[in-house]
Amino acid sequence: MKKLLISAALAAMALGGTQAHAADKLKACWVYLGAIGDMGYTFQHNEGVKEVQKELGDKVETVYVENVPEADAAGPIERLARDGCKIIFTTSFGYMEPTLQVAAKYPNVMFEHATGYKTAPNVSTYNAKFHQGRYVEGQIAAKMSKTGVAGYIVSFPIPEVVAGINSFMLGAQSVNPNFKIKIIWVNTWFDPGKEGDAAKVLFSQGADIIVQHTDSAAAITVAEQQGKLGFGQSSDQIKFGPNAQLTADVDNWGPYYVRRLKQMLDGTYKPLQSWDGMAEGTVAMAPFTNMPDDVKAMAQKTVDDITSGKLDPFTGPITKQDGTVVGEKGKPLADGDILGMNWYVKGVDDKLPQ
Amino acid sequence: MEQLWAIAITIIAASTPLLIAAIGELVSERSGVLNLGVEGMMIMGAVAGFGATYLTGSSAVGIFASMLAGAGMAMLFGFLTLTLLANQVATGLAITLLGIGLSALIGENFVGKQIERLPNFHGIDILIIFSFVLVGLVSWFLFRTRYGLMVRAVGDSHTSAHSMGFSVVGLRYACVAFGGACAGLAGGYLSIADTPQWVENMTAGRGWIALALVVFATWLPKRVVLGAYLFGTISILAFVVQTMGLNVPPQLLSCTPYLVTIVALVLISRNKRVLRANTPACLGQAFVADR
Repeated sequence: MKKLLISAALAAMALGGTQAHAADKLKACWVYLGAIGDMGYTFQHNEGVKEVQKELGDKVETVYVENVPEADAAGPIERLARDGCKIIFTTSFGYMEPTLQVAAKYPNVMFEHATGYKTAPNVSTYNAKFHQGRYVEGQIAAKMSKTGVAGYIVSFPIPEVVAGINSFMLGAQSVNPNFKIKIIWVNTWFDPGKEGDAAKVLFSQGADIIVQHTDSAAAITVAEQQGKLGFGQSSDQIKFGPNAQLTADVDNWGPYYVRRLKQMLDGTYKPLQSWDGMAEGTVAMAPFTNMPDDVKAMAQKTVDDITSGKLDPFTGPITKQDGTVVGEKGKPLADGDILGMNWYVKGVDDKLPQ
Repeated sequence: MEQLWAIAITIIAASTPLLIAAIGELVSERSGVLNLGVEGMMIMGAVAGFGATYLTGSSAVGIFASMLAGAGMAMLFGFLTLTLLANQVATGLAITLLGIGLSALIGENFVGKQIERLPNFHGIDILIIFSFVLVGLVSWFLFRTRYGLMVRAVGDSHTSAHSMGFSVVGLRYACVAFGGACAGLAGGYLSIADTPQWVENMTAGRGWIALALVVFATWLPKRVVLGAYLFGTISILAFVVQTMGLNVPPQLLSCTPYLVTIVALVLISRNKRVLRANTPACLGQAFVADR
């Protein structure tokens, strides 16, 4: 919050004092949900920004605002637009409406909204196929679990999260058809205490591997404490669980940010809906650790197959929880089906909150 | 049995920081000072506790540092509100904002570092036991000792207390510092004992819950224990219910701790006379000695 004020003040100073100077540079701005020190989701976006600074140097001026609540995002986004940002990346699903709202007022500013689905003439969306990484994790979990149960900590029932659960489950079922997951919705993206508590409860209920779709490293810390296993989220969290982390699905936004800003600089920029995955390097796996070599080899082969396009986690036919079947045999589900996913696959023991 | 114990210990660990922070704030408020900076003092305690443990390798030093950091923030609050007579509400909010920002700055190099967890016996560590000792001591101090009576007098009518010769500002400084040390310790509990790690903003609003508990517990230590444990128990049971597949909407489950705790404490506090007797009448008011 403090940093938010400081960066807002700095932005104001930049606008007032050095306007002529700033005009030479492309001003690119980011709005973060969490703190850049969360060692997870927001940290990874900021790593992408660092890559921009490295690749494009003084051609680009980067500004960020952190800890912006989804409900009050319109104000901070508009402030950035007013302060001369030419392109604004809003990095959380809940920023969708505020982004559109501000974009309508500033038609000459380009907006890029992460993980959403609504667009406008100056609003692009960008997303990553996080679920690809979760398929690999599902396979590893099914191989490594002794109890055959994984605990899964989740934030909110949005399509990205649901697709992650399904992909994890399909991966696990490809190894052990009877694999089970226990799900806890914590209704927050970031609350280390709650995430840690959820992990403890899941371990007490028979899970021996923890997966999470929340932003802190608390779950992997608890796994390390209790001698259990788990996966890092968004970022390589091996430091928090040197004996616990099996791998992590790492969001690698740098290549995308660099590409888009280069397009802005050379004038080829066009709004689009981007959805990169392992093939483009946006989804990467942290090194496979704390597992035997045969499991490593299996995981690596799956990664290679997904990267080359040989394997798609959502290849039909897929049986839903309610018994209906979707997808044609041998064909992957359409992108729209995954981006709007609001159903569980068969074998998930939970009722999807609506 | 093992499973039940695992859940019980999770509940205790979730309730302890709330209890410690709330009991400290209770003393501060009993003396008439409303310090809304609990969250800020707590997060400073968390970063100081983790940092000191990491640098020295000793959790004892870490615990001490967390109390010191919380008390330090509280003294800043005290200086602004008691000496310079700034508005308590605004200053408290500023302390919270300052604490969150400053802790992020201080903690930058501690992110991702490892420390030994506070030693414990089957999950019960010294701070859990201490939290109950603390409640007992505070209860005894406030209602059984002369100084406790003075603190309550200062909180109820600072002008009368002053004319009786009590040092209003001095007593308030002491109570505010105690409240800060407790808040700091509560933060330290999170970063040293509960999930031993430092990450920005890791208290995630627990200071505000502690603040609310004090009010709903009508400034009575025993009710603070009840409130903190009720809140902790229901938050954890809400998770347990989810893993059992009972199909209760999780959104409902995640608001139940707030609802149940508030309703329960309001119900037991509905006696107006008890309420009036225990609400510090001078809460939040600045004191200026008139002679």
